[in-house]
Amino acid sequence: MIRVEGLVKKYNSITAVDGIDFNVEKGSFFGFLGPNGAGKTTTIGILCTLLKPTYGSAFVNGFNCYKEPKKVRSSIGLVFQEYTLDNELTAYENLMFHCYLYGMRKSTAVKRIDEILSVVELNDRKDDIVKKFSGGMKRRLEIARGLLHRPQVLFLDEPTLGLDPQTRIHIWDFINRLRMGENITVFLTTHYMDEAEGCDSVAIIDKGSIISFGSPDELKKELKGDTIYLKTADDSKARTVIQERFGITVNTIDTGLAIQVEGGEKFLPHLFNGFPVEIVSVNLKRPSLNDVFVSLTGREIREDGPGDTRVRRGGR
Amino acid sequence: MRIISLKAIYVIVLREFKRFFRQRGRLMGTVARPLLWLLIIGSGFTELIRVRGEISYQQFMVPGVIGMTILFSSIFSTISVVWDKEFGFLREMLVAPVSRLTIVLGKLISGSMLSTFQGMILIVLAPFFGISLSLFKFTEMVFLLLIVSFGITSLGLFIASFLTSLEGFNVIMNFLVLPMFFLSGALYPIKVLPSLLQYLTSINPLTYGIDSFKHVMLGDIPGTVLGTDFSFSMDIAFVLAFSVIMTILTSLSFERRD
Repeated sequence: MIRVEGLVKKYNSITAVDGIDFNVEKGSFFGFLGPNGAGKTTTIGILCTLLKPTYGSAFVNGFNCYKEPKKVRSSIGLVFQEYTLDNELTAYENLMFHCYLYGMRKSTAVKRIDEILSVVELNDRKDDIVKKFSGGMKRRLEIARGLLHRPQVLFLDEPTLGLDPQTRIHIWDFINRLRMGENITVFLTTHYMDEAEGCDSVAIIDKGSIISFGSPDELKKELKGDTIYLKTADDSKARTVIQERFGITVNTIDTGLAIQVEGGEKFLPHLFNGFPVEIVSVNLKRPSLNDVFVSLTGREIREDGPGDTRVRRGGR
Repeated sequence: MRIISLKAIYVIVLREFKRFFRQRGRLMGTVARPLLWLLIIGSGFTELIRVRGEISYQQFMVPGVIGMTILFSSIFSTISVVWDKEFGFLREMLVAPVSRLTIVLGKLISGSMLSTFQGMILIVLAPFFGISLSLFKFTEMVFLLLIVSFGITSLGLFIASFLTSLEGFNVIMNFLVLPMFFLSGALYPIKVLPSLLQYLTSINPLTYGIDSFKHVMLGDIPGTVLGTDFSFSMDIAFVLAFSVIMTILTSLSFERRD
């Protein structure tokens, strides 16, 4: 559904995207992960025909993003990072504007707006001026708008940026429900690792290059397995026993022992079988995508902390 | 694939009208500013300037002030493009499967219709300043208002296509709009200007617009000091040619992709 080949985008001397390739299957949920400034929004800009690639090419729904912009535009729906609603108009007027812009008949438009408003639960607010809406309501309205013309691909560029955690969960409820309802390809960019856990496939981008690609599970398997946190009656004895029996390194940490092991759930029964020390507690931690990012780049993905609510205002 | 989508143009125009009439202050300003010019400056100068055997200065000012209204409202309407850029709404339009020309025409038509509407309010008030128009002349004026508004809006849109901030727009207001107003023959006949300034007025589309208004509102009185400067057909030809060139340039400018 989306195909990107050797894509490079330079702004004067700055290389925003540095030769990326990837494919997104029809109907799948694709996550494009990376820190701010990694090149995610630039890639979306090229895919949605607003930017011109410096080298390489991008295809959406079989159409070349640079050479056949109109066909690409008919195939896609977009929810931008920043709000792109008209604050002076009502929710209904914003949606109607979209329908007419996409050349729909009035009768079709009325029907679809009605349907989509009930999906995003904004039916009773449809005649209110958008200015009065909260951030979460605006986002829901934008997602609704992005789906009105029944696109093949829905781009969600940081859809929950700047929203509080509760609203984020709410928005994700909607996105997941919509995905159930329509067979639509979703292209998500985010720097919230947890949001990408539900994706079918994920590309991790850093400094303009894709450093890893695969399903979240595959990516995590590349990490050297899971971590088992163990607390026993006699930690030093337990440590010696484990190292002798399995020949693996055991780290002593504040709360007990930490063991790095591949396939943690299969290892646990072996560990417990005839273990000579009394076990107080055990905790198996699966690696998160954040661990994947840390192991690949040596940095946390979000260096700016969780309170980052900046909304970047794009030029063109 | 069609180059122009009428439905999209319609909805862009509809949006601008809704926004205009929801901002009460804009409508008030539209009526108040030209009336202040006519009432205060107009009456003041009428006493100072009396040209024997000709119309009063206040009457002379009416077409000029209508031109001023068109200038300000047309340029101001194109601020919506900058506004849409700054607040992201322009992207909603740019990713839609419509041509850039469609978006440009939508903005042009809405801008010129709103300016024409504001100009019409002044024509209705013109009898209070000693200028009464027949129904035919009124219709003729509406037509002229439309093409002049279209020309000025296309210029504004062309400039707005390069701007990304509202601050930049204010700079343009001061360095383009005010000189355009002062060098348009709105406040004084251009014949009395020094030759360099006369040259500048001759490349100003507003000069021709206001001159065409004078033809209709004051009558063809060439040769007199307060009379018209160009022929009526020359006025219309210049404004139309200017509009077409600007519209093409604007669409091209919107077509650019970084």
